Amino acid sequence: MWFSTGSRRLTRVLGWLAALGLLAGLVLALGVAPREVSQGDVQRIMYLHVPSILTAYLAFAIVLVASLGYLVSRRQAWDRWAGSAAEIGTLFTGLTLASGSLWGKPTWGTWYLMLRGMIDEAERRAQFAAVLGIVAALNIPLVHFSVLWWRTLHQPPTLLRPVPAALAGIFRFTLGVNWVAFTLLFAYLLAKRIRVGRLSEEGLP
Amino acid sequence: MRFVRRAWILAWKDLTIEWRAKETLNSLFFFALLLIFLFQFALGPDRERLSAALPGLLWLGFILSGLLGLGRTFAGERDNDCWDGLRLAPGEKSAIYVGKLAGNLLLMLAVEAIFLLLFGVFFDLDLVAALPGLALVVGLGTLGLAAVGTLFAAMTAHVRARELLFPVLVLPVEVPVLLGTVKATEAVLLGEPLGSVAHWLKLLAVANVIYLTIGVLTFDVVLDG
Repeated sequence: MWFSTGSRRLTRVLGWLAALGLLAGLVLALGVAPREVSQGDVQRIMYLHVPSILTAYLAFAIVLVASLGYLVSRRQAWDRWAGSAAEIGTLFTGLTLASGSLWGKPTWGTWYLMLRGMIDEAERRAQFAAVLGIVAALNIPLVHFSVLWWRTLHQPPTLLRPVPAALAGIFRFTLGVNWVAFTLLFAYLLAKRIRVGRLSEEGLP
Repeated sequence: MRFVRRAWILAWKDLTIEWRAKETLNSLFFFALLLIFLFQFALGPDRERLSAALPGLLWLGFILSGLLGLGRTFAGERDNDCWDGLRLAPGEKSAIYVGKLAGNLLLMLAVEAIFLLLFGVFFDLDLVAALPGLALVVGLGTLGLAAVGTLFAAMTAHVRARELLFPVLVLPVEVPVLLGTVKATEAVLLGEPLGSVAHWLKLLAVANVIYLTIGVLTFDVVLDG
């Protein structure tokens, strides 16, 4: 498998980069970025909220691709990717729940993982989880828009809304740094989780 | 054509069994009746409050009774050891999905029609005026429920704690369907034109296309599991 022993050093580098990025993001978000005029310091939660929801979406995109990959190729590795990405995606949706978000999304990963937990036989678990992963991932845009419309009465929005349209440079830079840091953290956790999954299936090397 | 015939044979078999035994239909009818009483008891006799909550109550009734019916989609095959017969049936497996879906859809629509009638009587609704719009919304919403429910029913048929797992899997997926149908039903019952909820109807249509496509494409995987 291409994701094997040689990449352990890469994983470590990824971990350090994520740590540095998170530190820089924290300093920027709490120290450097100015106080937003209309919302005050509460606005700073955006630097946590937006990157974590974007990372969660990335995780579920990976679940979708890996689920499709499993159904097409029937390779166990795809299932490992889907299951691991869902687990970490749930972690990040948990973060968005903590920073205040739509209730429909945080439940996402929980019940996907619940189905995985209820089936002992590996092949059947992989098959069902793949189908559920596809349904749930494609359902996310529907949930997103329906909850948005439901909260904003009749006015359908024209864009995915989380990022305000005119964002001053320093805000955008801080958000960008945090986003990159969160994505790095996600990649690090994903690599670790996949390795744990592989080891638990194959036995220790 | 042969695909449609295969699907129809299965739906016909299920409906014949249902017609002779009336197991599901009878229970669901009384369940719907009980729900209406429960809603009334829970919300108190205040008519204003009841009519404000009406679209939501209506869809809660549809979803709860639908879940009970959908969860039993493969009960006959499972309890009578006919699961392998179903799997070994010749032709594309997705015909089985479409057949089961059609049977479920008809059963659910029958229960919903009764439910609506009771609702109309108990809550003094002008159903005739709202009927065309209501039929569209109920049709779209029921299809969305049944498309996911039929697929997940096959998935949970052989999983332990399936009675518990089935609603837990279906309900989160149905969030957009529930929101869309409740909003559209509200508009229809208030006499607003359907154009005012066109974005909800489009969302429901898109959801149905997505659910049906996934169901048809992945059903052989689910049935083999």
